[in-house]
Amino acid sequence: MKRLYLLIFLALFASPVFSIEPGEILADPQLEERAREISKGLRCLVCQNESIDESDAQIAGDLRLLVRERLLVGDTDQAVVDYIVERYGEYVLLNPTLQGANWLLWLAGPFVFLTTLFCVFIAIKGQKNHESQPISEDDMQRLHQILDKDTKN
Amino acid sequence: MLIELGHFTLILAFVISIVQTFLPLIGAQRLHYGLMKVGEPLSLVHLFLLICSFAALSYGFIASDFSLKIVTSNSHTLKPLLYKISGVWGNHEGSLLLWALILALFGAACALFGGNLPASLKARVIGVQGSISVAFLAFIIFTSNPFERLLLAPMNGQDLNPLLQDPGLALHPPFLYLGYVGLSMTFSFAIAALLEGRVDAAWGRWVRPWTLAAWVFLTIGIGLGSWWAYYELGWGGFWFWDPVENASFMPWLFATALLHSAIVVEKREMLKSWTILLAIFAFGFSLIGTFLVRSGVITSVHAFANDPERGFFILLIIIFFMGGGLLLFSLRARIMQTKGIFAISSRESFLVLNNILLAVAGFVVFIGTIWPLIAEGLWDRTLSVGPPFFEAAFTPFFVLLMMALPFGTLAPWKRAKFTKIAKKLIPVLILSLCSLGLLWSLQSQKSLLGPIGISLGIWLVLSSITDLNSRLGKNRDFARLLRLPRADWGRALSHGGLGIAVIGIAGLMAWEVEDIRVVKTGETIQVADYDIRLNHVGPKNGPNYLSIQANITVSKTGAFITELSPERRNYTIAQMPTTEAAIANGFWRDIYVVLGDRQSESSWAIRTYIKPLANWIWGGTIIMAFGGVVSLTDRRHRIGASSKKKGA
Repeated sequence: MKRLYLLIFLALFASPVFSIEPGEILADPQLEERAREISKGLRCLVCQNESIDESDAQIAGDLRLLVRERLLVGDTDQAVVDYIVERYGEYVLLNPTLQGANWLLWLAGPFVFLTTLFCVFIAIKGQKNHESQPISEDDMQRLHQILDKDTKN
Repeated sequence: MLIELGHFTLILAFVISIVQTFLPLIGAQRLHYGLMKVGEPLSLVHLFLLICSFAALSYGFIASDFSLKIVTSNSHTLKPLLYKISGVWGNHEGSLLLWALILALFGAACALFGGNLPASLKARVIGVQGSISVAFLAFIIFTSNPFERLLLAPMNGQDLNPLLQDPGLALHPPFLYLGYVGLSMTFSFAIAALLEGRVDAAWGRWVRPWTLAAWVFLTIGIGLGSWWAYYELGWGGFWFWDPVENASFMPWLFATALLHSAIVVEKREMLKSWTILLAIFAFGFSLIGTFLVRSGVITSVHAFANDPERGFFILLIIIFFMGGGLLLFSLRARIMQTKGIFAISSRESFLVLNNILLAVAGFVVFIGTIWPLIAEGLWDRTLSVGPPFFEAAFTPFFVLLMMALPFGTLAPWKRAKFTKIAKKLIPVLILSLCSLGLLWSLQSQKSLLGPIGISLGIWLVLSSITDLNSRLGKNRDFARLLRLPRADWGRALSHGGLGIAVIGIAGLMAWEVEDIRVVKTGETIQVADYDIRLNHVGPKNGPNYLSIQANITVSKTGAFITELSPERRNYTIAQMPTTEAAIANGFWRDIYVVLGDRQSESSWAIRTYIKPLANWIWGGTIIMAFGGVVSLTDRRHRIGASSKKKGA
């Protein structure tokens, strides 16, 4: 009976539900390290926002093998990435390139930061002193109201 | 019958919310006291009706009423009770009902606890809160009705997504929603103040506890989500820059900014218009977050709704509330005159810097999240924006923020002597730099990430201690610590908590050890300093899943540490396999083991990770949230409430 259970389990778990497999790992640790780094930057095509390094999907496994094949052939990291982008499109890159309008994306943060910093600096420097204005009657009354409440505690 | 009652009370709540919107707002405009007052009982009735409705839906789930469409598609009789309950909000319709319920909860809380608010402001807050309810209840009733029936009830349901059947994730949405929706209160306060034509120190004080509460919930919600991802998704990642995570992170960044700028409004009557703007944006980003998640416009793990009609409806809600809020803001901007001035070196300046950095960081996350949409819409390019972008574009701003933070906490208002602050911080700076050098020389691989992150964390933790220490006064009177305002304690705790979380993040990212290999049963492998022995692998059954479980012994130099039982489950009804990692939690490291495929008769793929300082991330997050709670109990937030209780 136990054997039967095990058989059922094996059938159920036959599909690979695991990211990188022990069999995929390259013998050369340096090459493997490079393969991992490249895999982390490539998107699994059928998954939702996962890199092929993390994904369980079949196609992610195929791409991991492809990356390793290219590395074994002697491609540089960039050449491997280019090879895959050529076949699957820009979509696979988790790190967007600087091509086309993408520089807008990359520069948006620093640009907004420096601009606001500059504006705020000018604004602080150019402050006029309002402090000499006397407090208005209305505000005074409210102030007393609040202070009274405060002291009652 | 109960289900019909729930449906009926939902519609009734919609009608009530319309009345709750108009009567108090009209009353406040015409200074009609009776109309202003009517908002309070209405908001309580509104809450009561939604509680009934939510209870009815929960009953449907607990009793497995498969004539309800969402129960059929998200539940099963064999599912454990906890997940039957959490299944109520584990789907689009039910989660929106939860959203509406929390919205009503905040409205009612304002009616009950807003005793010290001026009548007209309170009426307006309740009215604006009501109008948000109108929009969301209409959305629920017309596009996402949880009470939709099936013509033929099936014998059993299709079960909940197994990844969601987890205690961490049962609690994650309610907390996140308490945060998201809590920000609706600050929005309502901002709109009410604009209608009122008055933004002053008192307003700053009233709005702060609500922001703080929302921020605490949001922090806990995000922390829970990240913790869940860590142990459930099977490789121990804790943050993925997934669009849906970003959707919760953007409001958090803006709420954090708001929390700080409201202090300036309260203490110095400055930055008023900026604070109002932030309040509008913080809630706006909550709505945008809801839109991103609910419309499925950006595909991600969390998007279970993929319906353009729904997306369009939420888009209308965003345009109405954000656009309306901003329009009102531009019309009323001149009422918000600044009263004082401050020097470049002052606490005000540092809080302004904090706000700029947080807002820019939030903006970077926002643009990265929607960039694929923009690129596809404008240039027909399908591209991805993933973790590498966010890590590169977001981190610098946050690092700057953390570097500047201690100076801000020590700087006095108006004008600060920079040398004076620097003097207090020199010991902390030296210690942080020493730790940087020490870690750099000790680590085997020469990455900068770990040492820099950890010394930044130490910088924050130690400067928080310095902050408290500087309050002791000249004669080192430690009893004074206990008498410090709770807000000061809250500040030190939250900033220190952030430091601890940063230490954890840096340690985990820089020094994780990973090992993937085939292991025979009975074999022992070595990972870092640990011996991992695979004892046996066998079947194990759960209520709604089948599972294979491994038994693993972990020891170090012969000394037994723990036994671990990683599993691979197959949820039979949902037809979905999951991996259940086994984790030995520790103060300095987690040992994280995942069971993989069977390789031959008696060998299995085993993934082992040593994750240094992992628990510091969540420990720090909890301390941060706790700091918020402590600050929330500060005396000045309780004045209105306590004066009533004591009858003084």
